[in-house]
Amino acid sequence: MLGEATKYAESVDSVMLLIVGISVLFLLGVTAAMIYFVIKYNKKRNPKASQIEGNNTLEILWIVIPTILVLVMFYFGYAVFHESRVVPKGAMTVKVIARMWAWEFEYNNGKKSNELYVPANRPIKLELNSMDVNHSLYIPAFRIKEDVIYGRQNYMVIHPEKVGTYIIACAEYCGLRHSNMYSKIHVLTQKEFEKWIADSTGAFNYYKTTTEKYALLTY
Amino acid sequence: MSENSESKPYINFLQAESKHKGIFKWILSTDHKRIGIMYMTGMMAFLLVGITLGFLMKLEMLTPGKTIMDAQTYNAFFTLHGVIMIFLFIIPGLPAVFGNFMLPLQIGARDVAFPRLNLLSWWLYVVGGIFAIASLFLQGGPIDTGWTFYVPYSLRTGTNVSLPLFAAFILGFSSILTGINFVTTVHRLRAPGMTFFKMPLFVWAIYSTAWIQVIATPVVGITIILVIVERAFSLGIFDPALGGDPLLFQHLFWIYSHPAVYIMILPAMGAVSEIIPTFAKRTIFGYKAIAFSSLAIAFIGYFVWAHHMFTTGISDTSRFIFSLLTFLVAIPSGVKVFNWVATLYKGSITPGAPLLFVMMFIFLFSIGGLTGLVLGSLATNVHVHDTYFVVAHFHYVMFGGTVMIFFAALHYWLPKMFGRMYNEKVAKWSIALIFIGFNMLYFTMFILGYEGQPRRYWDYLPQFQTLQIISTVGSWILISGILLMFGNLHRSIKRGAKAEANPWGGKTLEWTIPSPPPVHNFDEIPVITHGPYNYGEEEAK
Repeated sequence: MLGEATKYAESVDSVMLLIVGISVLFLLGVTAAMIYFVIKYNKKRNPKASQIEGNNTLEILWIVIPTILVLVMFYFGYAVFHESRVVPKGAMTVKVIARMWAWEFEYNNGKKSNELYVPANRPIKLELNSMDVNHSLYIPAFRIKEDVIYGRQNYMVIHPEKVGTYIIACAEYCGLRHSNMYSKIHVLTQKEFEKWIADSTGAFNYYKTTTEKYALLTY
Repeated sequence: MSENSESKPYINFLQAESKHKGIFKWILSTDHKRIGIMYMTGMMAFLLVGITLGFLMKLEMLTPGKTIMDAQTYNAFFTLHGVIMIFLFIIPGLPAVFGNFMLPLQIGARDVAFPRLNLLSWWLYVVGGIFAIASLFLQGGPIDTGWTFYVPYSLRTGTNVSLPLFAAFILGFSSILTGINFVTTVHRLRAPGMTFFKMPLFVWAIYSTAWIQVIATPVVGITIILVIVERAFSLGIFDPALGGDPLLFQHLFWIYSHPAVYIMILPAMGAVSEIIPTFAKRTIFGYKAIAFSSLAIAFIGYFVWAHHMFTTGISDTSRFIFSLLTFLVAIPSGVKVFNWVATLYKGSITPGAPLLFVMMFIFLFSIGGLTGLVLGSLATNVHVHDTYFVVAHFHYVMFGGTVMIFFAALHYWLPKMFGRMYNEKVAKWSIALIFIGFNMLYFTMFILGYEGQPRRYWDYLPQFQTLQIISTVGSWILISGILLMFGNLHRSIKRGAKAEANPWGGKTLEWTIPSPPPVHNFDEIPVITHGPYNYGEEEAK
């Protein structure tokens, strides 16, 4: 299963659970009623149909109740999403450059890397830039993505918490090697990160095969 | 309503002679029934091509990396699968086949309002189809942009983009002209006494759809022309390098393409509202609620397009508004589902193949609609956007919704169209296979998507393989079911038992005339005095 690497991911999963929970109840209700009616009012058991033209109370009920439920879903969906758009004070900015078909991350001190290294427990603002076509920076374990659009600078905010390595994927179709446009985000302790950022060598990681690249990942 | 005597000899529309010979008797015919069948023939051919592409794509997904094709071929395949299924099959869909054939019959008319315009629409459909196919074999190779043609990629790629786009432009005109024709037909050619609230619900659905076709399609026409011109002359409308805006394209594209999903689903909903009363032998529950919900869907459907763009960096205000409106458009669809289920209550039900398809539709379409809530909610949308979750969602809505009802309608109206019955037992076997295969193929995609598998991926990570294999095996079961169904229908058209005028005991006007219908449909135009589903009449006698 896909792990929850941040509190935000947990919030997204609880919105998912709310929507899926209500949906499953509706689906089961509708399906059970449908099958029950088809069996109970089979032609053999019920040779004469009753001509019921409708019922206004029911119509109002099944407009009003679902409306309330979807508004609740809307509210939680928006409230959680809104958190992810706020750039907290003291957030560290990293410039993301996407091109067909690779990611590059540039830090304030000029250090560049093809994988994203961040300290735990510090909000990060990613400034998204594309050199050619549309891409989308997607971190499944963080439940977040934002399109990287040529000619405009989008941003996204992440709140890394658990130390570990997670996948970054490109989610917007960008041509031939779109499905290989993966990278990684390494969440380090503050100490490790300081060491990494000060070191001007070894910023680019090379892998011989895809299997090697994605081995040992906490997905 | 007078029953036409069935013994009376007549010339049906399939046998009718005209001044033309051979195939020209068909391709130059302005008879709405022949045009409906010609659309059906063309669409079936494209459906089979689309299915073959889907089958090969799922085969490729059996293993990570290359299984049977390289990445470029895969990218072309998912583009063509989308373009063919959407522009050549599901958008013309029920209106082109059953709208053409049944709309005049259901309102007691002898043809549509503009028969020659109708033939022109079909010819535009054929020309559009030829252009789309031709683009595969010309210099540059098949288009690889995805069916959404997003800029700047569609401006940069060296593949053949302009020709299939032009094909979509022509197909758009076919759609617009059909819409104009149907709106006029409904307004001008209803039988005496048939007020709007005495129209069958299929007519209501086709009518709502026709308005969307007329109003929304020109937007995509303009967008397509702009992309073609931009590719040819570097105009600078969409390309940021020339001062354009790639998001403008996405807005324009979805201003059409979101209402277009209602062009796809509304007529199917109309057919459901026909099939349920016929097989439950009772009047529809909540006629007006169903009719108005069609209009509500058609109307609200215009204002939700940007929910396709929640991750593109549009303003947070517009994300708020479009998410809210998206949740509201779910309500009228829900109202329809509740009324359909209520129509089964205290009916006298025969679970024939068309009704079984409808029940499968209600189950699959509900899953499609409810997962739409996951996509409408901003927090969850951002996670599953552009993953397999979206692929699963729209296949549940479009395939589980529209296409299942297309299949239901083929069974329901086959006796009327061809005067032959299908084999009920074989039909039920095919339904069982389709149901199992469909859920294996697409339900796994919901899980894959939530676990983080992006869509349009030729390669994938090893941890997804188990679910990918289940999905691929599902595609084999699904396709065997569909082939069995087509075999059964094909055999029925050739050699099935002769059908009566009204094999199901339906109440709408098409069942009052012989099967197959005479050339001019009605000897005498009927006079309407009651609603479309008056099953209480016999009991009153």
